[in-house]
Amino acid sequence: MNGTALYLRFIAISLRSEMLYPTAFMLRLVSQFFVTVIEFGGVWVLFARFNHVRGWTFAQVAVFYAITSIAFAIADGLSRGFDSVGPLLIKTGNFDRILLRPRSSALQITGRDFALSSVGRLAQGLMALGVAISLLNPDWGVAQWLILAWAIAGGVSLFFALKVLEGTLAFWTTEGLEIANTLTYGGEAAAQYPLDIYASWFRKFLIYFVPIGCSLYFPVALVVGRAASGVPPWLAVLTPATGVVFLFIALAVWQVGIRHYTSTGS
Amino acid sequence: MTALPYLAILRARFVLMLQYRAAAWAGVGTQFWFGAIRVLTLVAFYAGAGKQPLNLPQVVTYIWLGQAFLAMLPWAPDAEIAAGVESGNVGYERLKPVDTYLLWFARALAWRAANTSLRAGPVFVLAALVLPLTDMADWRWRLPSSPTAATLFVVSITLTALLSSAITVLLNIVTTAVRTPRAASFLMGFTNLFSGLVLPLALFPDWAQPFLLWQPFAGLADIPYRIYFGALAGPMAAKGLAAQALWIIVLALIGRWWLDRVMARIDMQGS
Repeated sequence: MNGTALYLRFIAISLRSEMLYPTAFMLRLVSQFFVTVIEFGGVWVLFARFNHVRGWTFAQVAVFYAITSIAFAIADGLSRGFDSVGPLLIKTGNFDRILLRPRSSALQITGRDFALSSVGRLAQGLMALGVAISLLNPDWGVAQWLILAWAIAGGVSLFFALKVLEGTLAFWTTEGLEIANTLTYGGEAAAQYPLDIYASWFRKFLIYFVPIGCSLYFPVALVVGRAASGVPPWLAVLTPATGVVFLFIALAVWQVGIRHYTSTGS
Repeated sequence: MTALPYLAILRARFVLMLQYRAAAWAGVGTQFWFGAIRVLTLVAFYAGAGKQPLNLPQVVTYIWLGQAFLAMLPWAPDAEIAAGVESGNVGYERLKPVDTYLLWFARALAWRAANTSLRAGPVFVLAALVLPLTDMADWRWRLPSSPTAATLFVVSITLTALLSSAITVLLNIVTTAVRTPRAASFLMGFTNLFSGLVLPLALFPDWAQPFLLWQPFAGLADIPYRIYFGALAGPMAAKGLAAQALWIIVLALIGRWWLDRVMARIDMQGS
């Protein structure tokens, strides 16, 4: 069985186990939708009071908000397995079993938990996109939609990479660390607004250190029609590739973590 | 009925929580970072904006208070009781020779108080003492507007702890009634929005203001914070404290009545 077929098999098993408790599944999905929709409501309230943020309107910001939410929801659903590397695998000693199997450990961990309930957050993102489009009434052609899809792909890679790094940290700390949320959830929260509203040190951090700005901000700003200054369109179209590169780097760091791993099991 | 067993529970839980200092420190770093992101966002909104119900230093202080007192927000039921609901052990609560409502309330109060006391200090040190030493001094946590405001804030935040515990017990009861802790998570979004954590309630549309002061979640964050920097003062502060006290009483009465009904119908299964 090749890697893809194995992964699909993993997903099927994960879905079947999730569906054994259909009520709990629906509750998770709907509550995720509610919590994130209410956050989007908070953004609307801010704009009702201030009208704009450094020249950006609610409709424009809603595009950033939507694309970021969609990317984060997909990445979150795919990468849930890395959340529990510390408490469920390393602490219990079960990680040894993963190493014994003749398959990539990253593939096995990704396959362990496919969280379909992220569809709740995804639905919220799509809803925000619908709101943005109905307000903006944009004349986007195929090119614009392709750029948005590519930005989402870059964003998914980037958020997935952050989850892999968070899981890697557990090789040293054993327990998962709340502080890792600063980059995942914090990155999502920051990228929901166009980065040029922030102070320059924070913007630079999100472009050069954790390249969330490259995956999401540059291409979306181009599509919305207020391209980031100093970034020509051809470069803005290319920047989501940094998300993919970041993912490969994260997987390499994961390998370093595995080499460092010593079993804690009894 | 004597208060002694409940005080003992309060004390024991408090001491237990203090064991998890490392986790609390990690939490402080996270909270400082999320506070910073929120400050940066609101600074951007305030740039070039006209007069607002709260000025920027007040909003920034509000955000830091929100991060320091984050553990006051009743996001989830008591973890041990929720686990007891899934395992069936919640039935044992009926065997203890104490009032279940007061027992759960004391547990919740101890958890909130211990967590807050571990986290508030370090956030204060970072945001009020360290930040002014950097070039981001404008974004610091400022001191209370007056000694009166400081005193009223202490009263109000104490009421917040009681209100939060009353809501936590309600979440325990919902969890017991529907047998899954997931049900409680529905409330989380509302708690965040209507307590003022997402956004100070004063920035909501003007027509919503009277309603916002009198809904139960305002007492979890917005009322004490506005008292802190004097945006609620005099008769308005009295109204705020009254709203908090009113909801503590109402929610405690509902909780008591509902707990008796739920416990009367509880099914003990398992081996």
